[in-house]
Amino acid sequence: MADYTLSINGQPRVVTDIDPDTPLLWVLRDELNMVGTKFGCGVAQCGACTVHVNGNPTRSCSFPVSAVADASVTTIEGLAKDGQLHALQQAWIDHDVPQCGYCQAGQIMSAAALLEENPNPSDRDIDNAMAGNLCRCGTYQRIRLAIHDAAAKSGKRTG
Amino acid sequence: MNQTTPKSDNSLTDYFDSLMQEFDANPAPSVGKQSIELSRRSFIKLTGILGGGLVLGFSIGGKQVLANTSVDGSKFNAYVQITPEGRIIIQAKNPEIGQGVKTALPMIVAEELDAAWEEVEVVQSPIDEATYGRQVAGGSRSIPANWVVLREAGATVRAMLVAAAAAQLSVPLSELRTENSRVIHSASGRSLHYGDLAEAAALLDTPTSVNLKATGEYRLLGRRITGVDNADIVTGKPLFGIDQQHENLSYAVYQKCPAVGGRVVSANLDHIKSLKGVKDAFILEGNGKTDELMPGVAIVATSTWAAFKAKRALEIVWDESNASKDSWSAFTAQAQELASTAPARSLSRSGSIEQSMNADGNKSVEAFYTHNFVLHAPLEPQNTTALSKADGSIEIWAPTQTPGRVLTGVANTLGIAQDQITLHQTRAGGGFGRRLTNDPVCEAAAIARRVDGPVKLQWTREDDTQHDFNRVGGFHVMKGAVDKDGKMVAYSDHLISFTENGRSPVSGGNLRMTGYPEDACPNVLMGETLLPLKITCGAFRAPASNTIAWAQQSFIAELAHAAQRNQYEFLLETLSALPEPRGEMLMNKYRAIDTVKLAAEKAGWGRLMPAGRGLGIAFYYSHFGHIAEVAEVSVDENRKVTVHNVTVAADVGPIVNRSTSENLLEGAVIDGISTMMGLSIEFENGRVLQENFHQYPILRMPKTPKIAVHFIESNYHPTGLGEPGLPPLAPAVGNAIFAASGIRARTMPLSKEGFSI
Repeated sequence: MADYTLSINGQPRVVTDIDPDTPLLWVLRDELNMVGTKFGCGVAQCGACTVHVNGNPTRSCSFPVSAVADASVTTIEGLAKDGQLHALQQAWIDHDVPQCGYCQAGQIMSAAALLEENPNPSDRDIDNAMAGNLCRCGTYQRIRLAIHDAAAKSGKRTG
Repeated sequence: MNQTTPKSDNSLTDYFDSLMQEFDANPAPSVGKQSIELSRRSFIKLTGILGGGLVLGFSIGGKQVLANTSVDGSKFNAYVQITPEGRIIIQAKNPEIGQGVKTALPMIVAEELDAAWEEVEVVQSPIDEATYGRQVAGGSRSIPANWVVLREAGATVRAMLVAAAAAQLSVPLSELRTENSRVIHSASGRSLHYGDLAEAAALLDTPTSVNLKATGEYRLLGRRITGVDNADIVTGKPLFGIDQQHENLSYAVYQKCPAVGGRVVSANLDHIKSLKGVKDAFILEGNGKTDELMPGVAIVATSTWAAFKAKRALEIVWDESNASKDSWSAFTAQAQELASTAPARSLSRSGSIEQSMNADGNKSVEAFYTHNFVLHAPLEPQNTTALSKADGSIEIWAPTQTPGRVLTGVANTLGIAQDQITLHQTRAGGGFGRRLTNDPVCEAAAIARRVDGPVKLQWTREDDTQHDFNRVGGFHVMKGAVDKDGKMVAYSDHLISFTENGRSPVSGGNLRMTGYPEDACPNVLMGETLLPLKITCGAFRAPASNTIAWAQQSFIAELAHAAQRNQYEFLLETLSALPEPRGEMLMNKYRAIDTVKLAAEKAGWGRLMPAGRGLGIAFYYSHFGHIAEVAEVSVDENRKVTVHNVTVAADVGPIVNRSTSENLLEGAVIDGISTMMGLSIEFENGRVLQENFHQYPILRMPKTPKIAVHFIESNYHPTGLGEPGLPPLAPAVGNAIFAASGIRARTMPLSKEGFSI
């Protein structure tokens, strides 16, 4: 067991008496009550648990807390800045993307990482970046649309 | 010609049958402007509610469960509340599993109320079926079963507000109109917000009749309205069952026998209890009901991860003497032998299939269709949080499609009265039929009895994969004939399916009949042969229909090909041969034909296609929805399939929320492609061989076709869209694959025949 000081959404968060192989997912959910990041499969197949680790989309269900070290972690709870929704979050609402909504936090985190790297993605770019995220309800067509919309609306956004 | 399937003793099947029949037995008034007498139902004006103002309660069938007097403000059950401060609160009564009812049902109230949607606050209602009637997410029934009563509720409140305004403004009722939460007197330019009228309206009697709008007067219904929970979903707020957080929460897992019916002989409980983070481990004997509590080992821990790790270290000796030995490969061999025999029981018979198939000048076709077992696989794994209290009562937070059945299931499991159970509805991360069954809730309740404080039972994905109530597999032995003019003259579907009770088919394993095509053909034999099965089965999105449509609409295309006819024209001809419609809530050939024509027109049926590319069409009627779909597909020499476009044409009556309606049909297309192309579970010796998504390739974004949805907005009674979009997809794609490649696929998933996507 060990103690960790994690950097989550720009804040230092201390967790104590943690099994070092505990996936970051369960530290977020069980220790920090940050339940926006979802459990879907536990084997990095569905993408529901996607967070950013130093900006990279990461499946937190298969990423041990001991490997986080001093990396900066961003979760769905930290995506909005200064009370302003991220362009993707707004586009998801505008296009009524969710059905059950369970996968959507992970979808948005994958999409946010894509737009940081590629502010104007093609359909193919989107397909490649989002292939790791399952939507059991089948909202893929709307996710594509919402990503294009968010990209267009935040085109002048600085990285 | 239709006969109903005999009643089984499977309680879920009974529940589902009664759900489907309840509404059928109460044909509702058709859509449109009308004056409705409210005597059949009773609205109750509630007073003394926290916040005050006008509160309209409701009871079913005149059962006065709430007195027309002061009630406890913390417990009120009502559809609509308008407070003096101008808040407009509408309750959503049914579980939200992604089908959009938490938004759609309040929209129906708000339309007749003329409330400004931006001002409406939607609240998930408590579980109280005595007041609300059935609270269920199933059968695509939320919209059709609540369409009339919700419009009446909105119109009743509106009428009371208008009456209050007439008195306050001293003008006749006829000079007043309503819009955007205001009563408006155009002549004088005066208007009052509903909040300003709430207290005066609350003093009036409820009206005995109200006027409902004609569809052309709708301002809200038919628009694209974003889901009421979307802002919380995209910011990661705790909405779902799995998100429940409590002080002093323990975390539990439960391991059942991989072969259903196995009992625990022994387990390494002492070792498990010595592991770090483990608080307790114990055996539950269960009550032998697969939809309640089967035997297993529970582990209670300080975190989900500690519980998961301990579960991996479990060593259990099972007694499998009464456990399932089911084998998919053995069933397949058995079904192939049975294909040449007559069905064990005939459900519908007319003329003679054999004579027609052998008649001079007729061409006969025979085909054997197979569909595998599949999972529901909702993305939120099963979970329930439960708190057992010292007085014997229990409080439960669960994502379920059938909250009413949670009460009966938990009462059975624990041996307590239903009034000792408090159930909180949470949003559910997908349902598809899986959460009609509440085994995880009963397990959590039984575990909570042994835990001090609240405990959350968390299934792993592997648990979900191996202990589902599966979409049953089966085999359709199809026979048919066309005459010398190319008309369908014989049609037979012998479904080889399964039974758990030895008498009736498992849930979803029946040969459902709609009248088509059996009523459109002179020589018909429809029948079933049932094989004994122990693996648990349950309703899966459009149960029975989702596989019958595949065999039926593929085979009708095979008959068209045998007759050297255009598949589209042959389909229209068989639909046209149906008798006149017998009722509003039954299949209607004119509505069917219109959807088929619309889908074909929008998809450009008949246009020239390059080699290796083709169009296929299919129609199916289920859940009161008439839906046709056209798929445009190419197939390469390695049987790699690309679905380019899918066109959907649906007649489900008036559209409530256009956005949700389109979304559900887009989702049904994705689910359909996913399931038909690559999804199946196999089982041997009673054990499911798949464990997780790496062995269950749900469709991903790169394979998503362009999907176009078109509605025929008829004035028939509306229905829900959670299910009826799924059945036509598989045959539409299968027919397109045939058009593109000349290969007729007869096994779902098509990966079993070497196809890939």
